[in-house]
Amino acid sequence: MEKRELTCICCPRGCMITVVTDGKNIGEVNGYTCRKGKEYAEKEVISPVRTVTSTVRILGGERPLTSVKTKTGIPKDRILACMQQINGIVAEAPVRIGDVLLEDVAGTGVPIVATKAVRPL
Amino acid sequence: MEQGSCLFLWMGQGRITIMYDICIIGAGVTGCAIARELSRYEADICVLERCEDVCCGTSKANSAIIHAGFDAQEGSLMARLNVEGNRKMDRLAKELDFPFRRNGSLVVCLHEEELPVLQALCERGVRNGVEGLRILSQKEALEKEPNLQNTVAGALYAPTGGIVCPFLMTIALAENACVNGVRFRFDTKVMSVEKADGFYRLETDRGMVESRYVVNAAGVYADVFHNMVSRHAIHMTPRKGEYFLLDRRAGTHVSHTVFLLPGSMGKGVLVSPTVHGNLIVGPTAVDIDNKEGTNTTREGMDTLAAQAGLAVRDIPLGQVITSFSGLRAHEDGHEFIIGEPEDAKGFVDAAGIESPGLTSAPAIGSMVAELLRERMDLQEKNGFVAKRKGIVHPLDLPEEEQSALIRDNPAYGTIVCRCESVTEGEILDAIHRPVGARSLDGIKRRTRAGMGRCQSGFCAPRIMELLQRELSVGLEEITKSGGSSRIVTGRLKESTMERSEKNSQEGEA
Amino acid sequence: MTIETYSVVVIGGGPAGLAAAIAARKAGILDVLILERDREPGGILNQCIHNGFGLHTFQEELTGPEYADRFIVQARELGVACELNTMVMGISRERVVTAMNREKGMFRVQAGAVILAMGCRERARGALNIPGYRPAGIFSAGTAQRLVNMEGYLPGREVVILGSGDIGLIMARRMTLEGARVKVVAERMPYCGGLKRNMVQCLEDYGIPLKLCHTVVDIQGRERLEGVILAQVDEKGRPIPGTEEAYTCDTLLLSVGLIPENELSLEMGVELDRVTSGPVVDENLETNIPGVFACGNVLHVHDLVDYVSEEAGRAGKNAAVFVTGRPAEGERRQIPLTAGQGVRYTVPQRICVERTEPCVKIRFRVDAVFQDSYISVYRNGERIMHRRKAVMAPGEMEEVILPGAMLEACTGSERIAIKIEKE
Repeated sequence: MEKRELTCICCPRGCMITVVTDGKNIGEVNGYTCRKGKEYAEKEVISPVRTVTSTVRILGGERPLTSVKTKTGIPKDRILACMQQINGIVAEAPVRIGDVLLEDVAGTGVPIVATKAVRPL
Repeated sequence: MEQGSCLFLWMGQGRITIMYDICIIGAGVTGCAIARELSRYEADICVLERCEDVCCGTSKANSAIIHAGFDAQEGSLMARLNVEGNRKMDRLAKELDFPFRRNGSLVVCLHEEELPVLQALCERGVRNGVEGLRILSQKEALEKEPNLQNTVAGALYAPTGGIVCPFLMTIALAENACVNGVRFRFDTKVMSVEKADGFYRLETDRGMVESRYVVNAAGVYADVFHNMVSRHAIHMTPRKGEYFLLDRRAGTHVSHTVFLLPGSMGKGVLVSPTVHGNLIVGPTAVDIDNKEGTNTTREGMDTLAAQAGLAVRDIPLGQVITSFSGLRAHEDGHEFIIGEPEDAKGFVDAAGIESPGLTSAPAIGSMVAELLRERMDLQEKNGFVAKRKGIVHPLDLPEEEQSALIRDNPAYGTIVCRCESVTEGEILDAIHRPVGARSLDGIKRRTRAGMGRCQSGFCAPRIMELLQRELSVGLEEITKSGGSSRIVTGRLKESTMERSEKNSQEGEA
Repeated sequence: MTIETYSVVVIGGGPAGLAAAIAARKAGILDVLILERDREPGGILNQCIHNGFGLHTFQEELTGPEYADRFIVQARELGVACELNTMVMGISRERVVTAMNREKGMFRVQAGAVILAMGCRERARGALNIPGYRPAGIFSAGTAQRLVNMEGYLPGREVVILGSGDIGLIMARRMTLEGARVKVVAERMPYCGGLKRNMVQCLEDYGIPLKLCHTVVDIQGRERLEGVILAQVDEKGRPIPGTEEAYTCDTLLLSVGLIPENELSLEMGVELDRVTSGPVVDENLETNIPGVFACGNVLHVHDLVDYVSEEAGRAGKNAAVFVTGRPAEGERRQIPLTAGQGVRYTVPQRICVERTEPCVKIRFRVDAVFQDSYISVYRNGERIMHRRKAVMAPGEMEEVILPGAMLEACTGSERIAIKIEKE
């Protein structure tokens, strides 16, 4: 078992949480001040996830790109693979907020969705 | 890059060789003033400039002061051209429509025992031909300039002292020269000058240029070119001067240009309003080796902070919006060198043009033009255009005219630079007028967009877009100030783009 | 010249302006006008494509453009008028707004109430007095953010970031994801200027070092940036000789602070707070000029947009109350609120004796990192509130709510102070 120290990101408070873990199981958790913080720390140690945001090129739109995000968090170690696929997407205007531009990014099962509308030219 | 009215002459196998009557090396204020005066005559004239725009060296980084002329040694060329240049300034500013104001200058004496030095300075000024000089008592000085140190012992008041926009002055001279037929070749660095049979051969990084006469207005590099053609060597030292520019909120802290009497406290720095309403503090004076050493330094800033307040109290140094540094072309003899070296006929120096060079520029222009007119028997041309209109700033106009302007051209209704309230119309004008802007700094010097308190944080992307559209170049090609000063290094998703472009090409095929 | 009239005119269509306009509209004002200088409403949110917005307001995590869109849609549905590409040139004390755009030229609007919501700008290099050359490749973080996220261009490939403000941290991640190499983030202060979450997810995730107590002491490269020199600073912020380290880079991003954009406010005679650089306001967010309100980053720089929306909502509502005729007032009796030990500033800076709301919400920032300390409120030297807080940092805004009961029987001669205490 090792002791991992991490900064909680659930709210601006930023508690310092220590988690005792062997990488698969959670031991003692200390330093959190709310339930969300404890959950975050446990999850962050076993299977950290991140929302990835970027932009995607748009053809025929009034602007050259739209912003996008992974609809939910994806495993942290898939971020770079995710970016590679995002870089490969080209969509056509119009685009609405929430439009799925890629069904399953980097084998995570998570879609890439537009976060900004782009009207056609 | 060439901007002007004539065409290239193509000779040989695709190599460009051009024979001009007169080539001017350097498009600073001196070179442009000379070009403008020479453009009155029938002659094929070209200005060669290594940077991408006019006003990129000493002319862009100085105190922006029109000196009265009491400083220079009696009988010197400096003294004569200073006073002459000062006198020419009202008419020139009117003809060419650039901002100039006689705000008057004060030389402040802090110690009673130095009053005789002040008196001597005044007398020298009178002998130099400076009009209206007067010694002020402490009370008079403080009445004129309430933010002077209360301990001021007296001051020399020079009502003919003034302030100018050195960018707009240089640009105006260049534009007017261009309209009158002078060609400007930018991004063209002269590598060597060589005497040939009755003409000079100038090797540039963009091919050979030949010219019957050469004017050397190369600023801190003037000694390099001079020494290529003459055995009577001259030597120029770049003298670094650092400055603070303060926000407009501080612009009324003084209304005159305030100098400190040179004396026991060292040379001191001046404090002055600028024609655009900012406050300028500087310069330092440090001799350096590097002719490209326009960096600011910690020591320089510390010196400025320490000396700024010697003559003027409570300068709000917290409102500095930018600092910059310029190099004065200081010749060992501390005198302007204007004329032909005896062993290099046809090569005219305008060298050693340090302060009061900006003030003297119109007089230097006339002097060099007159010299060449005599030597070359130049004839005045018909249709010389003496007047030039500057870029219209809508907010300076009365309301009805503003509205009319925006109705005629809606681009004048869109503010691009918020800090200085510069409109899209002004930026488009700056790009498309003669010797137009091609970089962010070029736009800035012509319109003030990006010169305000946010220092282009907001307007840079907008101006880049306008430059891209109007010059039909990629955004990646837009520079801050020419050369390799590109703003962005590439597009995102470059691989994707290439693929989609390829696809669309295939689609067309 | 055209003169229009609107009951409420909002200067700026960013998050603050939108929320203020919506709140005024919801409070029954039918004619609300937003004047926005950009080509679309939403302000800085349009370029903040990262997530993390809206946890407080919508209980979900949105990106900047999505958060803005919620407000834009609502404003549109409520019939809030909005003039885009319009620059406000001046406002008179009588609340006549002079503005300019392509279509109308110069025009005037008589406003019943004015809400200042112009936001803020980034501190530029000049204000920092960093010596060196002035090459291309030096950007404020927000300018780089716009170039990347809205124009689709990469400002550079090898990056050093000065200042650990949130935009700087966000851009460290953003540039990394787009293929640039972010070498280091240098922060002059002994603590990170941005949110914890950004420190973790933008720097730690990508192994980008954060060097506290460091600054840039030289800038190299005449045309395009070629490198910077970092040095450690002492407790007074002065570089320590001998600690210099050279970094080659083609890009320097500055994330060294935000300055409320109060040029319009100053010109019209609004009193500004020297610490916040924003207007001095009462608990209604009303400035010294009656009928002129302020909210969002023009009032004081926020770290969470949710707080901006909430604050702007109050400004909008109070502007509506002003327009519909608030309870008659003679001279406005106000109690000054002072920032005591450990507190940099408070907003509001004063409280009206005749309040329209029972409770008073006070936001403030501390001036250093405090652990296991107390937020104390004093009235005339008597402690009337005492609340423990595990951690407080300058980068994160704090809040106390004074219940009406604590302000009862005030006459205007009282003094209220907020302090940070160890016990």
